Amino acid sequence: MATPAPQTTASAPRGSNLWGVGSFLLLAALLLVVFPLAMDVFRLGLAAKYLSLAFCAVGIVLVWGYGGILSLGQGVFFGLGSYFMAMFLKLESAGNADSSSGTALSAFFGTAGLPDFMAWNSVEVLPWWWEPFHHVSFTILAILIGPPLVAFVLGYANFRKRVGGVYFSIVTLALAAIMAIVIIGQQGYTGGVNGITDFKTFLGMDLDTDRAKVVMYFITAGLLLLCVLFGAFILRSRLGRVLVAIRDREDRVRFSGYDPALFKAFIFAVAALFSALGGALFTMQVGLASPSLVGIVPSVEMVIYAAVGGRLSLIGAVYGALLVGWAKTFFSENFVEFWPYFIGVLFMVVVMFLPTGLAGLVDRLRGRFLRREGH
Amino acid sequence: MNLDMMAMQAFTGLSVFTILTLMALGLAIVFGLMGVINMAHGELMAMGAYTTYFTSLFFASYLPSLFGIYFLVGIVLAFFVTFIFGWALERGLIRFLYKRPLDTMLATWGLSLILQQLFRQFINAKEVEVTTVSWLKGAWQVTENVSLPLSRIFIIVLAVVTAAAVYAFLYRTRWGLRIRAVTQNRAMAGAAGINTERVDAFTFALGCGLAGIAGSSFTMLASTGPTTGQAYIVDTFIVVVFGGVESLLGTIASAFMIGQMQAWFEYSMSGSMARAGILLLVIVVLYFRPNGLFATKVRRA
Repeated sequence: MATPAPQTTASAPRGSNLWGVGSFLLLAALLLVVFPLAMDVFRLGLAAKYLSLAFCAVGIVLVWGYGGILSLGQGVFFGLGSYFMAMFLKLESAGNADSSSGTALSAFFGTAGLPDFMAWNSVEVLPWWWEPFHHVSFTILAILIGPPLVAFVLGYANFRKRVGGVYFSIVTLALAAIMAIVIIGQQGYTGGVNGITDFKTFLGMDLDTDRAKVVMYFITAGLLLLCVLFGAFILRSRLGRVLVAIRDREDRVRFSGYDPALFKAFIFAVAALFSALGGALFTMQVGLASPSLVGIVPSVEMVIYAAVGGRLSLIGAVYGALLVGWAKTFFSENFVEFWPYFIGVLFMVVVMFLPTGLAGLVDRLRGRFLRREGH
Repeated sequence: MNLDMMAMQAFTGLSVFTILTLMALGLAIVFGLMGVINMAHGELMAMGAYTTYFTSLFFASYLPSLFGIYFLVGIVLAFFVTFIFGWALERGLIRFLYKRPLDTMLATWGLSLILQQLFRQFINAKEVEVTTVSWLKGAWQVTENVSLPLSRIFIIVLAVVTAAAVYAFLYRTRWGLRIRAVTQNRAMAGAAGINTERVDAFTFALGCGLAGIAGSSFTMLASTGPTTGQAYIVDTFIVVVFGGVESLLGTIASAFMIGQMQAWFEYSMSGSMARAGILLLVIVVLYFRPNGLFATKVRRA
C-alpha cells in the first residue's frame, strides 16, 4: 500500500479552497440564473450549443492539463455521442406518422420506419446495428458506455506500449480523420456529408418549442456543472495526484510501482464520456449530427477552448468555450472572413504568451493582489 | 486481372509512392530530426504550389517564348520562397517552443488557419490550375494498353533526385554533418563550436523548402486551393510516423508501402474508404511497433 500523498499543494495560492468553491458558485450562478434571465430563447439556444462543446473542453483540461496527453480527436467521442442520439431520434421520427420527414415518401418507397436518407440511398433494410437504437435505454447506455470504452481500450493499448506525447496526438488526429471519412463515405448508413437531421421529438416531446429549449438549456448547464464537479473531485483525489505525477515524471511514477497506462487511459475515458454527453446534448438541441463536428478541424478547435480558458482550470474551460463560441458567432454574423485570422492568432498568442489561459491570468492578478494586502 | 492492368496498378502505386515521399521528406527532417510538429506543413506545400502558379503566370505574360522551362524555374522558386518563410517561422515562433512539442502543434495549427485564409482572400478562393508545359503533356505508350502519363514520370524522377540530394546533403556535406551532430547531441555539438541555433533555423527552413518542392510538383496532378494543404497533412504525418521518425530511409520505405497499399486498396474499394483503411492499419501497426517500422534502436538520454 502506498503512503498517502502529502496534503500540501505547494503551487496553489493561499485560500485556494475557498477560491475554487467561490468561482464554481459564480459559474453556477451565471449559467443557471444570469443567462436564462438576460437572454431570449434564441441566444439561450446558442449558449446551450456552446455549453455542449464545453463538455469537451472540460474533458480536455483533465486529459491535457493534468494528464499531459494532448488529444486532437475529442471530436470522435463528441461525434459518437451525437450520432448515437441522432440515430435514436431519427428512428423515432421515422416511425412517427406525424413527423414531417415524409411518411408519404416512405409509403411511396415502401420503406416505412426507415430513415429518409436511407431510402434516398436505396438502402432498403435497416442495418442491424441501427436496430437497438429504437430503444431509449439502449441509446443512453450506448452514449454513456460506448465512447469511454473505446477511449479506454485505445488509450490503454497505446499507453501500455508507451505511445505518448506527439505520437498519441497524431494517432487521435488520424482517428478523427478516419471517422469523418467513414461517415461521409457511407452515406446510406450515416447520412453522409449532410449528417443526420430533421427530427422533432424526443420520446414524443416536441424539441422545437421554446419551453423545451429552455428545459434543455437547464439540463445542459446542470450536467456540465456536474461534470466540472466530477472533474474537480477526481483531481482532488489521490488518483488526481498520481495523474499529475505521471504528467511531470512518468518514469518515476512507474518505478514507484504504479501503472501509468491505467491512469492515463482512465482519464482519457472520462474525457471521452464528457465529450459524448456533450455530443448527445448538442444533437438534441441543434437538431443535427454532422461529420463537420467530428473531423480534424473541430477536434483541434475544441482544444483552443480549453487553452483559452486555461488548461489547468475546469471552470476556465467553460468560460473558454463560451467566449470562443461567442466570438465565432460574432464573426460569422459580421465579418466572416476574419474568423480564421482571429482563431489562428488566438492559437498562437495563447500558446506563446498565455500558456495557462485566462484562469492563469486571473490567478496571477489575484496573487499580486494578495501579496499587496499582506504588506 | 491481366498483366497490363497489373503494370498499371504497380505504376499507380509507384506514382503515389513518389508523391508521398516528396511530401514526407520535408516533414521527416522537421519532425524526425528536430522533433518539431509543424501542422502548417501542408500550407507550406500550398505555398510552393502557388509560387509555381505565379511563375507560370509571369512566364505566360512576359516570357512566352521561354514558357517551356517555367516549371523548372517554379520548382526552384518554390523551394526558396518556402525556405525563407520557414527560416522566419523558426526564428519568430518555433524556437520559443522547442521544450513544448504539444504547444508547437497548436501554434502551428493556428498558423495554418491564418495561411489558408490569406490564400483564400488574397490569391483565390477557388482552386487555381497551372498550364502544363507541352513537354510534360501526353503519355508514354509502353504497350498497346499500358500508357504512363509523363507528368507522373516527371514526379518520380523529381522525387528520386530530391531524395538523393537530401541524402547527399545530410551525409556528405559540412552542413549535413552539423545538422546530424545537433540532432544527436545538442550540448556536445554546441561545445564543439557549432552554432546550434543557426543549425536549428537552417534545418527547419530546409524541411519547409522541401515542402515547397512537393507542393510545386503537385500542380501538375491537381489544382491548388486554399485547403489543399489540409488534405495532405494527415497522410504526410502518417508516412513519417509509420516509417519511424528518426530515419530518412524508413520514411521512404513507409511511403513505398503506403503508396502500394493505397493503389491496391483503391482497386478494391472507394478512394475515401481506402484512405480510412490505411489510416486504421497504420494505427494498428503503431500499436505493435510504437517507434515506427524502421526505428533505429538507440539509447536515449
